[in-house]
Amino acid sequence: MTAVANSWRFKKPSVLPGFGLTLGFALFYLSVIVLIPLAALLLRPWELGVDGVFAAVTAPRVVAALQLSFGAALIASLINAVFGLIVAWMLVRYEFPGKRIIDALVDLPFALPTAVAGIALTTLYAPNGWIGQYLEPLGIKVAYTPLGVVFALTFIGLPFVVRSVQPVLADLEKEFEEAAASLGATRAQTFRRVIFPAVLPSWLTGVALAFARAVGEYGSVIFIAGNLPMVSEIAPLLIIIKLEQYDYAGAAAVGSAMLAISFLLLLAINMLQAWARAR
Amino acid sequence: MTKPTRKFRYPTKDSAPVRIALTLAGVAYIALFLLTPLIAVFAEALRNGAAAFLAAITEKDALAAMWLTLTVAAIAVPLNTIFGLAAAWSVAKFDFWGKSVLITLIDLPFSVSPVISGLVYVLLFGAQGYLGPWLDELGIKVIFTVTGLVLATVFVTFPFVARELIPLMQEQGVAEEEAALSLGASGWQMFWRVTLPNVRWGLLYGILLCNARAMGEFGAVSVVSGHIRGLTNTMPLHVEILYNEYNFAAAFAVASILALLALVTLVLKSALEWRYGDEIAATHRH
Amino acid sequence: MALKIERITKRFGTVSAVREVSLTVEKGEFMALLGPSGSGKTTLLRVVGGLELPEEGTLSFDGRDLTHVPARERRAGFVFQHYALFRHMTVAQNIAFGLDVRPISKRLARRDVNERVEALLNRMQLEGLGKRYPSQLSGGQRQRVALARALAIEPLMLLLDEPFGALDAKVRKDLRQWLRALHDETKLTTIMVTHDQEEALALADRVAVMNNGQIEQVGPPSELIDKPASAFVREFLGTDGEGI
Repeated sequence: MTAVANSWRFKKPSVLPGFGLTLGFALFYLSVIVLIPLAALLLRPWELGVDGVFAAVTAPRVVAALQLSFGAALIASLINAVFGLIVAWMLVRYEFPGKRIIDALVDLPFALPTAVAGIALTTLYAPNGWIGQYLEPLGIKVAYTPLGVVFALTFIGLPFVVRSVQPVLADLEKEFEEAAASLGATRAQTFRRVIFPAVLPSWLTGVALAFARAVGEYGSVIFIAGNLPMVSEIAPLLIIIKLEQYDYAGAAAVGSAMLAISFLLLLAINMLQAWARAR
Repeated sequence: MTKPTRKFRYPTKDSAPVRIALTLAGVAYIALFLLTPLIAVFAEALRNGAAAFLAAITEKDALAAMWLTLTVAAIAVPLNTIFGLAAAWSVAKFDFWGKSVLITLIDLPFSVSPVISGLVYVLLFGAQGYLGPWLDELGIKVIFTVTGLVLATVFVTFPFVARELIPLMQEQGVAEEEAALSLGASGWQMFWRVTLPNVRWGLLYGILLCNARAMGEFGAVSVVSGHIRGLTNTMPLHVEILYNEYNFAAAFAVASILALLALVTLVLKSALEWRYGDEIAATHRH
Repeated sequence: MALKIERITKRFGTVSAVREVSLTVEKGEFMALLGPSGSGKTTLLRVVGGLELPEEGTLSFDGRDLTHVPARERRAGFVFQHYALFRHMTVAQNIAFGLDVRPISKRLARRDVNERVEALLNRMQLEGLGKRYPSQLSGGQRQRVALARALAIEPLMLLLDEPFGALDAKVRKDLRQWLRALHDETKLTTIMVTHDQEEALALADRVAVMNNGQIEQVGPPSELIDKPASAFVREFLGTDGEGI
């Protein structure tokens, strides 16, 4: 037998059966469902030629739509970042009636179909809606404006920050806070210097997840957005419009652009997290 | 015994004003963004009275939409469950090159807009898609049919079961399976008698989430469906049609069924988390 | 001018962890609280440190009533059993923490803080480790960082909760001698909780043996060995009168 000290193995030897079967099936499934369709997405725009793709992606209407989708997602994520942290804190640290119910409700945006959320939000914030009617006289228009988009995306991203921070906060040993207090720190100082740094990585994860989800959101936004080109038209809608016009390449171009931007942003956030974890 | 000359506070507790302020802020946030839309759905559904509500949900196209939703879920969820089990088995119990790439790929649908999830299938199977014309000659239609709906739904929901099972199975390790083998069990026996029972609650949890998403998916199916009433409209799509026709009460009526489904999902989810929290990866995640 | 613990009672639910305990710790004394688990010694220490509020009784130091003073104002240097070092801060940042969070009016200049940290690092035999993170240190080193951190705030008293519990025997012995030397140098009122009688008898000026929430006997080690006040004390100390 030759020595196998440095031979490269695809898989570490194991006595358990079924590796080939399960991995094979999983890869096959992934290829058919995900990889091949995604390849189609990334290949299609190029039939317009490099110039064509560039033109398609930098057209004013497209840029406006991308700006709205990414911009509103960013604002919504920031709102969720702050309030999600508050909700997580409140659920972990405080006791109050109805806490269990609120804890369960936080997952509502995960479970509720986006179209249902969409029409509900629109009805609430329309000029004659439950909340909208009070905002109208103040000059605040929510429905059919970018602000409505932000509200809808806040709904969608709400659980991500809460659920990311909650377990970490719950696992935090109180000895650290006690140590900080015994050394003379106020609650605020303890939070800023001891507690928050400990939850920072998971908080960033939550914000990133909320952002990623919000960027591509369609169902909950499509009703409340005004869908006016250049003003309140989200990128996914633009893709659908192009499809209906049989501009497959154009639609694929916008889709690929969305994926590319998301990928870069998430990469940046991942690096931020790695930095936060290594501190 | 001695009168407190100042207020003692535990170092890990916040002062009362802080507690009240934060609790109010948190509750207001939840109320505004979660509760009001939820209540609005049911209130609007019953706006024209119970009779109108019942009429809306028993109407022919509405029933067809419900049936279609169930059908799509009935196909997509089992398929994704099998995938989830297979992927989790290979990832959790074995060490191989490229494992993390596989895990990242499994998470992909979460970073992709639902519309793009539908778009990719149109690009493949649509009238001007890569495979479309060829399949057309064979008489196989994908887009604008149930097949397309199932494909799009499968894309969007396949991570759920896998993501639930992978960390769970990893945590459980391989010791029990190895023991089973050493006692003479075959591969399938080991799987049925040892592996599955160990992950049953996590599996149920993943299936629950997968199902909720499958039934509620909108963006992806919107792209591949022909929006043909009574034929290729799932419930969410039907809601959209009714709403766009200004038939608000009926739209909300159908929507309220979906909202009810969501609430049932939440209840079951909480029950599983509460009772079997140790055996569900989600409660240990992040 | 001492730490006076008077009839302190602390309950958790229906369980009394500490029952009407009274103890006086003289200024500059090294007192050990010795007892098995569940005897209430850690609870008593935490009450002294302001981490628990007693249901009954009072606490005073140097004549000043501490009973309801919150932990952050007590200037009691507490060293936790598992050190509770802030893992995302360097050793130097950990030690400087108590100085960094002082109200602005009482804060030291950056240079002075750094000097103090340096001095402590040297004294604790942690030279050169200032920029390391707790995860990069050995158990014994972490323990010394925890001590340095507590000492940095120039505390009125030092409270040690099973300081050597997590370390192996050889390291324990070395640290014991070193701790005693430190005490002799700083002359700080020190209370140490331990379940190891050898340790208590070797280190302390006086030992309080606790059982079931009460103090069975207080006295210098020799007295406890020669004249145990109860069967429990005799059995727990487990010596046959041969001295340390």
